[in-house]
Amino acid sequence: MTAWVFAEEIEGSPSEGSLELLSKARSHGDVTVFYVGDGSDASWTTLGNHGATKVYHLDPGDSLPSAPAAASLADLLESDGGEVVLFGAGNTDRDVAGRLAARLGKPLVAGAIDIDATDGISVTSEILGGTKAVATAITAASPALVATRPKAFAAEAVGGSAPEVVSVPVPDVGRSGAVIVERHVEASVGPDLEAAAVVVSGGRGLGSAEGFEMVDELARLLEGAVGGTRAVVDAGWVPYSYQVGQTGKTVKPNVYIACAISGAMQHVVGMKGSSTIIAINKDPDAPIFAIADLGIVGDVHTVVPQLIGALKERA
Amino acid sequence: MNIAVCVKQIPDPAALYELDSENHWVIRPNDQVLDDTDRFGIEIGLQLAEESEGTVTLFSMGPSGSLQGIRQALAMGADKAVLIDDEILKGSDALTTAQILSAAIAKEGFDLVVAGMESTDGYTGTVPQMMSEILDVPCLSFARNVEVEDGNVTIERQTASGYEVVSAKLPALLAVTAGVVEPRYPTFKGIMQAKSKPVDTLTASDLGVEPHIGQTISSVTDVEARASGTVIEDEGEAYLKIVETLEQAKVI
Ligand SMILES: Cc1cc2nc3c(=O)[nH]c(=O)nc-3n(C[C@H](O)[C@H](O)[C@H](O)COP(=O)(O)OP(=O)(O)OC[C@H]3O[C@@H](n4cnc5c(N)ncnc54)[C@H](O)[C@@H]3O)c2cc1C
Repeated sequence: MTAWVFAEEIEGSPSEGSLELLSKARSHGDVTVFYVGDGSDASWTTLGNHGATKVYHLDPGDSLPSAPAAASLADLLESDGGEVVLFGAGNTDRDVAGRLAARLGKPLVAGAIDIDATDGISVTSEILGGTKAVATAITAASPALVATRPKAFAAEAVGGSAPEVVSVPVPDVGRSGAVIVERHVEASVGPDLEAAAVVVSGGRGLGSAEGFEMVDELARLLEGAVGGTRAVVDAGWVPYSYQVGQTGKTVKPNVYIACAISGAMQHVVGMKGSSTIIAINKDPDAPIFAIADLGIVGDVHTVVPQLIGALKERA
Repeated sequence: MNIAVCVKQIPDPAALYELDSENHWVIRPNDQVLDDTDRFGIEIGLQLAEESEGTVTLFSMGPSGSLQGIRQALAMGADKAVLIDDEILKGSDALTTAQILSAAIAKEGFDLVVAGMESTDGYTGTVPQMMSEILDVPCLSFARNVEVEDGNVTIERQTASGYEVVSAKLPALLAVTAGVVEPRYPTFKGIMQAKSKPVDTLTASDLGVEPHIGQTISSVTDVEARASGTVIEDEGEAYLKIVETLEQAKVI
């Protein structure tokens, strides 16, 4: 069978999510990648290395990719066929997946953590903050459209050869088009949140942007990345790129330290895969304690500075 | 400007959600509340309508029940609501929802559609994108800092590493995230007026949409919860327990 993987270019390379999907897709046979971005030989090598056999390359330039990518992908699926199209959880992945589903008039299963193709396509997804797993059989004619949770599969290079690369023209999408006028990268310090071995996250209980500084310092001492809840992103203490959870990033570090975070299910779904969870919260009934390996009922303004002091002494 | 805002009534999120055992649908009580996430879209819609002397019409699919959530949205200042409530739409997937909402909005006419990125009670997070394809308009998703001027809408679209400024011509669809604006609280006057604002109810056949079924849920199981560990009260030395745990995890 043929599986398709959607890949958005992020800072010059295929998104991490697309490489994770390739690991899953190649176990089902040939994999065609639909790639959106500038494109480069290095990207093709990476894709081939992860199992892509063919790449369709769309370079939308300054056009917002969602409408042209969905139109182009729909045409290619029609001419080439394909049993399943996999999308990651990135913002552009979601935009293209939604538009494509409507264009093809096909259901889209989102939040997938596993896909089984032994007897038709069956998808396992998590709902209600990851507390329930739903198995869905896709009965519509192929292709089945599936959007996955981040880190559902591990990216793994298998040393495949260079894929065949075919450039596709940018279709005219008429009044559905939009233009990207500026691009801004918000500087973040320290390691990449999604790949770091240690993540220190802060919540509303830190009280203020100044209060958040101890999270930065603790992360620095542990060579970890800094994360936050939606509450602190909404408050403007940290940028959205720091957000962990359902609408933010999914992290699976070795150690996750939650400072003054209540543990709402939309936050937990983005960090419950961490190996060790340490939580500091002054409310003994905070839901975060239900998933913490070590829970400290206490004031962050006392415990975290003490911890920082102790780590500095060791250094 | 004619602004359509999509809203959803959901069971009170403070309560534990239950699924009915036969169809695995979320059980919806008669009294549902306005999804908090929708307040951001309503606020943006109201602000843009105020600037342009336009109107805000709410669109919602689902069981009407007591209309509590819809009245909450009207109380913020929306002019009227169009509800699609139909037994055959129970358990609809994202695509059917998008088809229904789009058909109702197209019927009413619009310059701008505003939707939340995802609902609190079920999060495919793709209904707005599907609607933009059906309505053939640009999808300005993950939007914050929205500005409309001379028939153009410009937003900041959040990306994994920052944001991009995106611009498009009206008509367009905006999908907003929480935190984009401070939603207003309904005033007493607003709450009183909401009781008599028009609420139209339509069925799927009024809109000529037939729900399609392309997937079936074969099972729903509980995900094994993470076992909880030790919880200790800080009496001045709890940080030493953290140091110990960090050592065991070999990160220090
Ligand atoms: C559709 C949708 C999507 C969402 N997506 C996300 C998402 O991606 N990520 C996310 O994080 N949230 C998300 N949320 C929001 C989520 O529901 C919670 O509102 C949010 O996670 C709460 O953040 P918080 O824990 O910082 O704040 P709060 O819930 O206010 O918790 C603050 C905690 O700090 C503790 N505290 C206060 N003072 C102290 C002190 N001095 N010392 C110790 N502890 C203290 C309190 O006891 C409390 O438990 C989403 C919500 C919806 C509806």
